[in-house]
Amino acid sequence: MTAALVVRGTRTSQIALWIGVALVAIGASMPWWAESSWMREFVEIACYFVFAMMWNLLAGYGGMVSIGQQAFFGLGGYAMLMLGNLASVNPFVAIPVAACITAIVALPMSWLAFRLQGGYFAIGTWVIAEVFRLSFANLSIVGGGSGTSLTALRGIERATRESLTFWIALACVVAAIAGVYVFLRSKLGLALLAIRDNEVAAESQGIDVKRIKLAVYVTAAFGAGLAGALYFVGNLRISPDAAFSVNWTAFAIFMVVIGGIGRIEGPIVGALTFWALNKFFSDYGSWYLMGLGLLAIGVTICFKQGLWGWLQQRHGWSLFPTTRRLEDRGGAR
Amino acid sequence: MIDTLIQGLLLGGLYALFALGLSLMFGVMRLTNTAQGDFIVLSAFAAIAIAPLVAMQPVAVAALLLPLAFGFGYALQRWVLNGTLGRDPLPSLVVTFGLSIVIQNMLLEVFSADPRSLDSGGFNTRSIGIGDGLAVGALPLAIFGVALLCTLALQSLFDHTKVGRAFRAVSDDREIAELMGLDAHKVYALATALAFIVIALAGSLQAMRTTVAPSDGPLLLLFAFEAVIIGGMGSFWGTFAGAMVLGLAQQIGFRLDPGWGIWFGHLVFLAVLVVRPQGLFPRTRT
Amino acid sequence: MSVTLVETHGLTAHYGDAQALFGIDFRLEAGEVVAIIGANGAGKSTFLKALTGLVRCARDAVRFRGQPVGSVAPGSIVRMGLAMVPEGRRLFPSLSVEENLLMGAFARRPGPWHLQRLFKLFPILEEKRCSPATSLSGGQQQMVAIGRALMGNPEVLLCDELSLGLAPIVIKEIYEAMPAFTSEGMSLVIVEQDVSVAQRVSQRMMCFQEGRVSLEGASNALTREQIGRAYFGV
Repeated sequence: MTAALVVRGTRTSQIALWIGVALVAIGASMPWWAESSWMREFVEIACYFVFAMMWNLLAGYGGMVSIGQQAFFGLGGYAMLMLGNLASVNPFVAIPVAACITAIVALPMSWLAFRLQGGYFAIGTWVIAEVFRLSFANLSIVGGGSGTSLTALRGIERATRESLTFWIALACVVAAIAGVYVFLRSKLGLALLAIRDNEVAAESQGIDVKRIKLAVYVTAAFGAGLAGALYFVGNLRISPDAAFSVNWTAFAIFMVVIGGIGRIEGPIVGALTFWALNKFFSDYGSWYLMGLGLLAIGVTICFKQGLWGWLQQRHGWSLFPTTRRLEDRGGAR
Repeated sequence: MIDTLIQGLLLGGLYALFALGLSLMFGVMRLTNTAQGDFIVLSAFAAIAIAPLVAMQPVAVAALLLPLAFGFGYALQRWVLNGTLGRDPLPSLVVTFGLSIVIQNMLLEVFSADPRSLDSGGFNTRSIGIGDGLAVGALPLAIFGVALLCTLALQSLFDHTKVGRAFRAVSDDREIAELMGLDAHKVYALATALAFIVIALAGSLQAMRTTVAPSDGPLLLLFAFEAVIIGGMGSFWGTFAGAMVLGLAQQIGFRLDPGWGIWFGHLVFLAVLVVRPQGLFPRTRT
Repeated sequence: MSVTLVETHGLTAHYGDAQALFGIDFRLEAGEVVAIIGANGAGKSTFLKALTGLVRCARDAVRFRGQPVGSVAPGSIVRMGLAMVPEGRRLFPSLSVEENLLMGAFARRPGPWHLQRLFKLFPILEEKRCSPATSLSGGQQQMVAIGRALMGNPEVLLCDELSLGLAPIVIKEIYEAMPAFTSEGMSLVIVEQDVSVAQRVSQRMMCFQEGRVSLEGASNALTREQIGRAYFGV
């Protein structure tokens, strides 16, 4: 009698796991030997990455495409700033708190946004982000339209500040990857995949679609808020235009589309690609941005699953296996 | 008070022109064109570039720009956007969003960030008295008239012509429409081509009314979108009405405080979303 | 001399990922009425969809008047003279009754069928010509669907489950209208759940069973037992 086994890991994924652990260990030691510019760059790309990961969770797995996630990014930044400047909370401690505040605000926001579907949901979230931007631009205690600086970090020595920021960034990256991975392998994650494939069928199986979508929306908001708070700790200065700029979402979309929507490895591949492109071509200004746009258009039309997805299909690679395969294990003995 | 009302309605006319193309494309093929605003800006700059070549004659500019817009829209849909249509809204969103970025940066390179406008030969400063000491700008009135005409034309096209039937049928059930001999790809392309005529009109008039800059696109998209949602989906008159409401809201907000105009519009939009998410004048489909 | 209008050789087709048809040989002569029966999931609808290009198949697997038409765009097939009354009617909800009928004439094929003639055949449609098509009763909607297909002046009409969800008296009324179009030489392929109706209106019958033809013969010659065995694959 042949036995079929439900298998999740692959050889490649197990090797990758060990490589990942090694990289994190090396990374954690960086403040002792690396240049501060490297660490600052890492913090910046970490923010982009976490934001993209959350956008990926929302759109690829939750099926909700949003062009307004920057609302939560900026909100996280401003919450951190207000806690730090006005409530004298240590900004590093304020980062997770700001993320929680963002998640709480996401609840009533979802009630508004969920009244729209598909493409109109996307633009609707953008309107909400614009309302946030205009509101904060009218708030004089945080500097209004021109923004303000994070004064709460003034007393801390620069090297310490940069090391702490770097470690927090590293922790956020690991947490984001691990968190999403664990989530997708869980029962909740399976439900999410079922909803993505066929919402009506999923609902008929007893899955509470509304609650799960809300959970995903709030989680994505939390992650975006975390990235925002972290970014402005690193940047030390915030303004409504920088905090709520639609470019955040544009870059997230780019990273996820290039890497492959709906896959965990996608945003990683996308973030690395984005970082590399940024490094070599960002001096070209508008031409660089045009190139990014054309690249995203091209990949969407030609490689519907993104670069990673295409590679995965061709070679069966999977670094973060969340699909379950039926493996024929031969006779039971 | 009356003055605010009139200004609001006339502004609504402009917003209707922004919104009709969005409504049309969504109505026929469920495609959300996030580059709508940028295409409006693009056509504004195209009009600005063409005008000196034809000695600023508005009819000549229109004669060149409108067919160009028609062709461009047709080609865009046929060879770029048709490939993104399907059950998943993501590809069309990413592609139109990508186009938005490409257009903004391309305009920035070609025209620089300086705001420009289209010389209307003094038309934009003329005003018409309408009794009781009230005066309205000739250009806003003209824009309102164009918006009214476009809405009437599109609604009539949809309700009373063979092409309109084809549009409605293909958006109802593409497969069966194709079984009737219809080529969905061509029908979609025609719809976008028509949308681009309205976009070109909107862009040219906007450039006459005020200045345009390469980065103006996203804000215009939001206005168009808000007008469509407030008005409700399913009819062009609904979109027109939604634009009126938005224009009024913004003017009232502007009167209360110059910095509040757009914000007030956003608030009204959110209010409609909360209280009546299907819009104020939705045309229900059985 | 009778012309072979439609023929298929070893037609295979998939419905999603699953294979639905495993080599169907079929032939339709001009003026014939052929009925296809079979249980749910036997592949009857998939077969009709393959004929009209809605389901992909090999180019040479289907021939219309000798021309290979497998996987040609559905629009082109209509212009050649094939029309379908789809399963579940599938009228356009945004269009009125009259507009639905007019859509059938989109390809503008010349022929005897036009609005007035349809209204004579189904008078209730004239009465409801301006109503939204989906506000009509099931039987009336079926008339609209048939009328819509007729407006294309086809040589071959494919009818997919006309009687689905309709009361017996309505089914009778619809099939009574059938001679009105076959009398002028239109050929019919009807897919039917109701075996007795199928036997009554057709000259030849085929039974599908799990994607294969399990029985074929003249309608008046097949016995209940034969049909029963073929139907259930016993």
